[in-house]
Amino acid sequence: MIYLTAIVLIPLAAILLHASRQGFMGFLHTVTAPRVLASYRVTLGSAGVAALLSAVFGMLLAWVLARYDFPGKRVVDALVDLPFALPTAVAGISLTALYTEQGWIGRYLEPHGIHVAFTPVGIVLAMSFVGFPFVVRSVQPVLEDLDPAMEEAAASLGANVWQRFTRVIAPVAFPALLTGTALAFARAAGEYGSVIFIAGNMPMKTEITTLLIVTKLEEYDYSGAAAIAGAMLALSFSIMLLVNLLQWWGQRREGNRT
Amino acid sequence: MKHLYRKLAKPVTVAVLLLGTAIALNAQTQLLNVSYDPTREFYEEYNRLFAQHWKATTGQDVVINQSHGGSGKQARAVIEGLEADVVTLALAYDIDAIAQNGLLEKDWQSKLPNNSTPYTSTIVLLVRKGNPLHIRDWDDLIRPGVKVITPNPKTSGGARWNYLAAWGYALRKSGNNEQSARDFMKKLYGNVPVLDSGARGSTTTFVQRGVGDVLIAWENEALLALKEFGSDKFEIVIPSATILAEPPVAVVDKVAHQHGTEKVAHAYLEYLYSPEAQDLAAKYFYRPRLKAIADKYANVFPKVNTFTVLEGCGGWQNAQAKHFSDGGTFDQIYGK
Repeated sequence: MIYLTAIVLIPLAAILLHASRQGFMGFLHTVTAPRVLASYRVTLGSAGVAALLSAVFGMLLAWVLARYDFPGKRVVDALVDLPFALPTAVAGISLTALYTEQGWIGRYLEPHGIHVAFTPVGIVLAMSFVGFPFVVRSVQPVLEDLDPAMEEAAASLGANVWQRFTRVIAPVAFPALLTGTALAFARAAGEYGSVIFIAGNMPMKTEITTLLIVTKLEEYDYSGAAAIAGAMLALSFSIMLLVNLLQWWGQRREGNRT
Repeated sequence: MKHLYRKLAKPVTVAVLLLGTAIALNAQTQLLNVSYDPTREFYEEYNRLFAQHWKATTGQDVVINQSHGGSGKQARAVIEGLEADVVTLALAYDIDAIAQNGLLEKDWQSKLPNNSTPYTSTIVLLVRKGNPLHIRDWDDLIRPGVKVITPNPKTSGGARWNYLAAWGYALRKSGNNEQSARDFMKKLYGNVPVLDSGARGSTTTFVQRGVGDVLIAWENEALLALKEFGSDKFEIVIPSATILAEPPVAVVDKVAHQHGTEKVAHAYLEYLYSPEAQDLAAKYFYRPRLKAIADKYANVFPKVNTFTVLEGCGGWQNAQAKHFSDGGTFDQIYGK
């Protein structure tokens, strides 16, 4: 409890205190400035797309890891944790290096008019990178607990792969998938290090909210930075609340089933 | 409870011993120089030079620690309690911010010669070898299709020099017509495809990622890029008029007073003006103030036609309020 207070609660209180210094109208003015609003659009929009991508590919990967044995499976399993462990700046720099017009991948995409680095596509890419492990790690244990016999039973009753997936696996894994996706979204929305290198940071277009916080600090505008941070904080809290509701809902469903 | 004491006895003893050692080590004079990014290599060598000089003149040993990062971030760290005896930052505005928090006197910039800037630099244009787009001056940067790389002046101190260099040029050219200077800046930043958050980031984007046709850069960064990546890849273009970049230095009075390091801290900064230190600054591509040394390196630093922040924009406080604050000219470029 003391630990939680020192690490989480005191810094949060400090943010709110700083933000309150400019009064409610000042706070409102700061968090609704056009450039800040544009950054919410960029951040939340990209985080939403990234979370959906993470959900689809994370789910697939979790399913493969839970169901199939193949050489190198352990390596793949360990690789999933890499985005957790890797400093995000490293991820951002590597992705940027790959996707600019002279990068290993970018040089093949640019001639076809596909721009990744310094566009919202790049932001989504970086956010998916940091977000998808949350989906895999949330869904994987649920799938591993799921008795393969259930799938086999479904198969023996004539269900094809798609039906087995939608009728048998999805209902069980769905709450976990939602939790994982919400976590991936929250992480993506608060991401700084990996996005900042690939985003291009053009005001109104590819500027993320966390960069605006840094910008405010750079102007020695502590209360402005705290105000935007407070807005992000409110967002994270709502997402966490949603995650908890989902988990509660998931447990209740589990409870009903057994 | 007794049990707890016994458990704690060992770690506490160790901690006390460590503290004792730390205090003993502190008996030797220590200085902390909080600086910005591109000065790292220069100060590493200068610290050795000064330690020798101090030993020779006073017989005392001095250890100098350095801390580097973005100029604004470093200033914030000092304001928030990083105990810097001296600061050597990218722009006077950042030291002003420290002074506003009462850590040094407001007239700090008049305490050392040359506006407290022992070395200077200027803002130049770095282009790809052969200068395929024939970029000769600032006007060429606003031609349609020219991609210009420069960092975000809101997050980078270095980028503010870039911005003010272009602004000062546009203002002079139009005979102090602000509206036309504004239009010029709008066209210029319309040609910028990516705004990195720091100056080194922009150099990487241009030099290593191969993005853009021209990089607006500090001369010392441009010369360093030529040295490290080969002069067969890039060329420096000196515009017809540009800003005199003055990265200032100051003793943080309050901290130095607490540490009892005032004397050595002042000596540390004053020695920057010595011929030896000026020579070293020139080696790291900063323009020396001392004429004899500047003449020696005349082939490295060509003549430039410069204006200061005061001449071009009425000083840093004015420049900051007018251009980089919320709703300033930089924000207007990207507004509707």
